[in-house]
Order: sequence, then structure tokens, then C-alpha cells
Amino acid sequence: MMRRTDFPSDGQLEQLEQTWADPSGVYGWFMHVDHKSIGRRYLVTAFAFFLIGGVLAALMRLQLSRPDNTFLDPDLYNQIFSTHGTTMMFLFAVPVMQGLGIYFVPLMVGARSIAFPRLVAFSYWMLLFGGIFLYASFLLNAAPDVGWFSYPPLAESLYTPSKRADVWAQLITFTEVGSLAVAVSLITTTLKLRAPGMTLNRLPIFVWAQLVTSFMVLFAMPAVMLASTALILDRLVGTHFFDVEHAGDALLWQHLFWFFGHPEVYIIFIPGTGIVSTIISTFSQRRMFGYLAVVLSLVSTAFMGFGLWVHHMFATGLPQLGESFFTAASIIIAVPTGTQIFCWIATMWSGRVTVRIPMLWILGFFAIFVVGGLTGVMLAAVPLNTQVHDTFFVVAHFHYVLIGGAVFPLFAAFYYWYPKIVGRCLSDRIGASVFGLFFVGFNLTFFPMHVLGLHGMPRRVYTYPAAMGWGNLNLLASVGAAVMACAVLLFVVDAIRALVAGTVAADNPWNAGTLEWATTSPPPNSNFPRLPTVSGREPLWENPPNQPVVVGLRTDARDVLVTHVLDAEPDHRLLFPEPSVWPFLTAIAATILFIWSIFTPWGVVYGAIPVFVTMVGWFWPKSAQEGGTPLWPFAHRTLPRPNEAPAGGVI
Amino acid sequence: MMSSGDAIQSVLTPAGTQASSIHHLWLLMLWVMTVVFILTLGSTAVALMRGTRRTRTGLATPSPRAMTWSVATAVTLTVCVLMGLLIASLWTGRATASLRADSAVAVNVTGHQWWWEIEYEDAVPSRRVRTANELHLPINRPVVIKVTSRDVIHSFWVPSLQGKRDLIPGYTTAIWLQADRPGRFRGQCAEFCGLQHAHMAVDVITESEHEFEGWLDTMRQPGRDPPGPAEQRGRDVFLHARCPGCHAIRGTEAAGQIAPDLTHIASRSTLGAGTLANTPDNLAAWIQDPQHAKPGNQMPPNPLPTEDVHAVVAYLDTLR
Repeated sequence: MMRRTDFPSDGQLEQLEQTWADPSGVYGWFMHVDHKSIGRRYLVTAFAFFLIGGVLAALMRLQLSRPDNTFLDPDLYNQIFSTHGTTMMFLFAVPVMQGLGIYFVPLMVGARSIAFPRLVAFSYWMLLFGGIFLYASFLLNAAPDVGWFSYPPLAESLYTPSKRADVWAQLITFTEVGSLAVAVSLITTTLKLRAPGMTLNRLPIFVWAQLVTSFMVLFAMPAVMLASTALILDRLVGTHFFDVEHAGDALLWQHLFWFFGHPEVYIIFIPGTGIVSTIISTFSQRRMFGYLAVVLSLVSTAFMGFGLWVHHMFATGLPQLGESFFTAASIIIAVPTGTQIFCWIATMWSGRVTVRIPMLWILGFFAIFVVGGLTGVMLAAVPLNTQVHDTFFVVAHFHYVLIGGAVFPLFAAFYYWYPKIVGRCLSDRIGASVFGLFFVGFNLTFFPMHVLGLHGMPRRVYTYPAAMGWGNLNLLASVGAAVMACAVLLFVVDAIRALVAGTVAADNPWNAGTLEWATTSPPPNSNFPRLPTVSGREPLWENPPNQPVVVGLRTDARDVLVTHVLDAEPDHRLLFPEPSVWPFLTAIAATILFIWSIFTPWGVVYGAIPVFVTMVGWFWPKSAQEGGTPLWPFAHRTLPRPNEAPAGGVI
Repeated sequence: MMSSGDAIQSVLTPAGTQASSIHHLWLLMLWVMTVVFILTLGSTAVALMRGTRRTRTGLATPSPRAMTWSVATAVTLTVCVLMGLLIASLWTGRATASLRADSAVAVNVTGHQWWWEIEYEDAVPSRRVRTANELHLPINRPVVIKVTSRDVIHSFWVPSLQGKRDLIPGYTTAIWLQADRPGRFRGQCAEFCGLQHAHMAVDVITESEHEFEGWLDTMRQPGRDPPGPAEQRGRDVFLHARCPGCHAIRGTEAAGQIAPDLTHIASRSTLGAGTLANTPDNLAAWIQDPQHAKPGNQMPPNPLPTEDVHAVVAYLDTLR
């Protein structure tokens, strides 16, 4: 379909590339709106936070490697474990998955751009500033020390009079704003910017996973925003939402937090399954077996994910009948996940499988995630849950689920898509060592924690007495952590090496079937010189040689084809926004507001002024003479007309 | 790998009816999950072998119909296994939730940062017993433990006897348990409760009905009078230092209610909620600087002359 001879003339191509280019230079760097540029920033930033969170984990493992250790005092230990959890959930896991979505969803649906590119740029700055804010607080000895769950009354000012709990609550605000905005952009991109012919029934499973996740973000995040805002109000202006002394309720927090917190696990894990489906399909050289079943599994997981939150609260003493419903829901959610696993096995069973580095990580995912899923079913049982809840058994369980279900697929994704993003390949030889070390190190670290939990070791303790007999297994876990650290270090070295010295990647090195491989590696500014159309789920495998392309879009303006939600029939054209520095400035203004409001409620009032000013700048309309969009809906709700070339040309 | 400590705070060495039922559920789950794990990973391995062989030798592709049936069967089996586990879970839940017995020992456990306040109920108020950090329970008799917290959320967990229950300020909830063998066990706070969450243990002694009643009788006595001049001096130092502001010793003017009751401190085996063994040396060190062994706890350092500290220790050591 994308034969070289199909390309438009060099002049048109140049103009198209120019139109979609982000400005260069230092000032231009703050104006980027290209989803590939923002996506790369998301991935690099989130991975950097993964490394920092990993360093914190290593410090904890050092402290716990022997009983009665005094390497860290309890105050620092509590800051470290709280910051580790907060970092991994809010600054790594969610953003890195959204980063993959920002980079690949537009490419996979055959679009020129992500929807609302300035909003996505703004989200990135919020993530970055939120992360800097958290770690600046850490260096100022003001990092959160009440856990990533921040339970009141411990997080109330009576028991945490310092600013540490406020730092946590505002970090939540930063990352929530960012992830909500990205979710909206990904949903709109998926539903309205698909290539003609890509009906919902042909949507790549990775994109389905991102779509489902984004809807989960929309429904889950408001609960924690509400909760963290109420906590800030309790601390800042003396409301009593969670204050038991004044008719507040300590359990209310837990319901709100876990109504978000449990779906959060699936917000991290569902994109992981999308990666698994994509890579298994590619390396089995066949369409995903049971596409419909897999998609329905994703959707039903998302629905059920909202009905499980009480299993984080089984120890609080809720009525037994009520708990039983949540036990049943928590057990039943294993069915859609099991269905996906069986479909993956069937795909490999009936495909032509080659095992390359991404596939190694997927096989590792199978071994580890299945263990985590099975201990998850154990945790759904109330009686067993009350024994192992808040022990190292649970620490083991959720690291098997989250590292198994998200980090293993993520490493698979790094190896799979690195050639597309960078245009060069990671080393196969080093890749095998990275995988081997990580797999062994992971199991050495986390498997013993199951046993420690059963033998009574609670979570979040900064030390333990030698007489408890937990020393040996803890030492083993710490050794495993060192092995994992070596693996990650080796990966980083290889990733940096391959930037300049990796072998040059072909456009479609894995012979994959989805549209991101239909363009060059790395893709041009416009993604596709000619926008593709599709006639199957795996267009590169199934499109006939004479598959038409989209013509009639302007090359001198950011002209985008908008299609219908269900059948992706062309609907109208739309001009997309130009690069702008205003999202960056708005993010700075919002940062000032968020941080100021920790110290005084007036920060919200006066801090709103710069936010308002920057937003006016952001949305200031251009007249049609300046190249702006004429008033909606009177113009540009037209379909491409190849015979009617506007000034500047079309392709 | 696990040595001496494992028997006193382990899910796997139950010493009571409830912990035993949960242990049975654990064993059932463990075996079922092991089988499921082997089956899943086994099929993945076979799929991988067949898939790679097809790449090399062009093995025939299985019919989509056969594949669909296999996946459907696997899903159906999954549902059946899960339903079985759900029933087992509900069954165990019913067995462990309550005993509904009239003869139950009723104990109130209240969480504090970072120690346990323990009160044995009695119809006669004067016969109630108030102590801290050490729980005595009779064997073969139902016990109801009513839990709440005075400050933040804690969680009461003695794995040898029963699952954990959170101590939530503003709520009082009850758990039932019954010990079935005598022994010394250990519990530990399981909900993160701040700086010294790691040092909030409770010693649990299960003993015969007779020994238990004897212990209760001892606990009901006021603190004994100092037997000699050294202990006498110790009591005077205690009462004139700031100790009585927080601690109570029944039978003296010390009646503080915000820290552990010391009326029978010498009968307890640990100090600082399981932080140190209760020896005279440890007690002296604790009184002088409690921040050393348990940094951040709410007891201030007491810069008393060494001889005063030793006198106080001598006095407290008589409070059996």
C-alpha cells in the first residue's frame, strides 16, 4: 500500500513535513505539540521516575536485609516507602502507559496527530512539574510519610502536622489533571481520528486497551481527586470530612480512595494486556485468536474493576454479607483475565512462532503474572485475606501482578517499539541477558516475600527483631533486588548505546500487521505522507495491494480527517492547532497555584489569576487572515475534494 | 530458612479454631493454585513448542473450531474452579466470623501510638482489669475482642489465633476467637500507624482456665507496697517525677490514663510494646531515654540521677 511510487512529489512532501514540524531551538522545545515528541518525553520521564523509584526500593531492601538494622531511621524509611509507592503508581506506571498511548494510538489508527495536542503537551508539563515537586520535597525532608494511600486520621494535621501529607495530596492533583487530560485525548483520537475503513471491529487490541483504560481513568480519578481535595480542606481550612472528633468518618476515605485505587490496578494492567496481545499476534504471525472475546474481556474487566474496592478493606470489619459480594466480584474478575490468557495460548498454539527478545518478556509475563493472579484469587477470600492483608504476602502479590502484568509487557514493548521510535535496534545479545537477570532477580526478590508474610511479617515496618527469624529470607530478597538493579542498568546502557550505535531498523522489522509499521522508522512529522485506509484488522497483512489512500488534505495547514465513531467513514476535515508555548506557561501557572495552596487557601484565589491569563493566551483565537480556523461549524466540515485544490495544495 | 521465631507469629502454625479453619482454606487454595499454575504454564509451553515447530517444519494448523472448543472448555473449567473456591471461602468465613457464646471472655483492645491498651470486661466494675501490651487468654473458651482506637488506625493481628481486625477511631467492632492449646504467641500491628509502626507488638499467653483466672485475680490487686527502703525511695521518685502524668499504678496517687498501666509491669515479658525484653537493665535504659530503642515514641527522656533510676527500677520490679 505504501509503495515508494505512491508518494506525492518531493515539493508537496516537504511542505507537508514543514507544516507538521515542531519549532526547533531552545524556545521551540517548550512549544512542541507533536504526539511523537510528547510521547517520547512521557516515556523517558516516566522511565526516569521508574529508576528513581527503584533506587528508593533498593534503599528499603538495604535497610531490611538484616534484623535490627540502623541504616535508615524510621522517619526516613517512612518517607522512602511512601515516595516509592507514590512514584511507581502516579509518576511511572500510569504515565508510561499513557506515554505509549500518546505515541502509538495515533499511528495505529492512521492519524496525523493526537486529538487536542496542546492539552497533551500541557499534561506532560504537569507530570514533570509534579514529579519535580515531589522530589524537591524529598530533598527538603518534606516527602510524604503516610504511605501512598495516605489514610486519615494519620494523614490529618493532628498526627502529621508537617506539610508532608499536603505534598502527597497535591502530587495527586498534578498527576490526576495530567492523566484525565490524556485520557480525553486518547478517547477522542480513537473514536474520531481513525483511518477510513477502521471500524471499531478492526481496532487494534492495543488501541482497545488504551480506550478502555482511558474510560476507566475518567471514572476512577474523580474519586481520588474528591478524596484528596477533602483531605487538603481538612488540613488547610479545618473542615472535618475525616475528623472523627467532629463527626467526620475515617472509613469514608478508604471507600473513596479504593474506589479509585482498585481500578488503578487495571488502569496499569489493561494496557499491559494490550501490549501482550499485540506482540503475541506479531510473533505468531497470525491474527489474534478470539478478538471479540479479548475485547469483551477488556471491557468487562473495566466494569468489574469498579466493584472490587472493598477487598482492600476486609480487615475493617464491614458486614459479612456485604463482604461476600465483593469476594464473589473479586473472584469472578479472574474469568475475563483467564479468557485472555487462553486466547493468547491459542494464538501461539495455532501460529508460526518465533521467539525474539520482546517475546521472551511476554513468556516471562506468563510465568509471573499467573502467580500474581492466583494469589489474587486467594486474597479475594475474606478469611485468608484477614490473615495476609498488610503483610509481605500482599507485597509479593501486587509486585507479581504489577511488575508481571505491566513491567514485563512494558519491557517487551520497549524492545518491540524501540526501532520504530528511534530508528535503531536494541542489542539481541544484551537483551537476553537483561531479561535473564531481571527474571531471576525478580523471583529472588519477591517470591520469598510470600513466605515472610505467612510467617507474620507485616508491611511498612522499618525493622524487625532478630528473634522473628525473618532475616535470611529478607537477605535473599535484598540480593535479588541487586540482581534486578543490574538488569535495569544494563538495559539503560544498551538503550543509550543503541541511540547512536544500534543497527538501523527497517520500517517493519518484525513483519507486524498494524499501521504504525506502515510508515518509516522513525515516522515523519506528518506520520503518514499519505493517510492510509484499511480493510482488515491487520492492515499490513490483509490490505490488498491496490488499497486506496486518503487524498485531498491540505499540505500547507494542519488538516486532519475526522471520521465517524463506529464505522470510521469520513466525516469532515478539521484544522489542528499549531505549536504553542501557552500549554507550558499554563502548566507553570497551575504549578504555582497547586504549591501555593499548600500554605494558604489564598493561594487558590490569587494563584487562579495567572492560570486565567495563560489560558486566555492559550485559547486566543486567530482570525482567518492569520491562518486561523473560521467559525465552527460553517467551514471545514467538508470532506476532502481532490479536484478542488485550495491554495497551498493538497495531497 | 525460618528459625526460632516462626512458631509464635505465623499463619502456618495455628493455635486456635479460627486460625485452623483459615489454615485449611490456605492449604486448599495452595494446592488448587499449584495445579492451575502447572496446567497454564504447561499449555503455554506446549503452545510455544507447537508454534515454533510450525515455523520450522510447517506443522498443520489446528481447525478454528477445535481451538474455540478448547478455549471455551478452559474458560468453563476456570469458572467451575472459581465457584468451588468461592464456596470454600464463604464456608470458612461463616465458621470464623462468630461463636455466639454466652460464656465468652470479653476483652476491649484499644490502639494507641504505639501500644495496646487491654481491658477485661466484668459485670462488676471493680473487677475489671486494665493492663497493656500483654494479653492472657484461656484455652477452649470463646473470646470476644472488641477493638477500637484512640488516635489513628491500627490493626490487631495475632496470626496463630485469628485474622486481623482494624482498630478504627470512631468504630468499635468485635472479633471472636478460641485458643485450643497453651503457649506464648506474638501479635503485631498490621496497619501502618506512623513512626513506630514497627514496634507495636502484643504478647499473647494462652493458658488453662485455672491459670487464667489466677492471673486475672492477680491483675485485680492494686500495686503492692514497697517491701524495703530502696523500693520505698523508688516509689517516691516515681510519684514526684513526671511519671504519674501519664502512667497509673493502682493503689498509689499515680493515675495517668494516656500511657500503659504499670500496676503489674513486672509481670509482663516485654517493654515498649515488644521493643525490649523486660529486664532491669533494659527498664533502666528505657526510663532514661525511651527515644533510643523506639525513636519517636511519646514517652519523653527522664534525666534522673542514676541512683534514682535504679530505685525506680527496683520499685517497678516488685510490681508483679
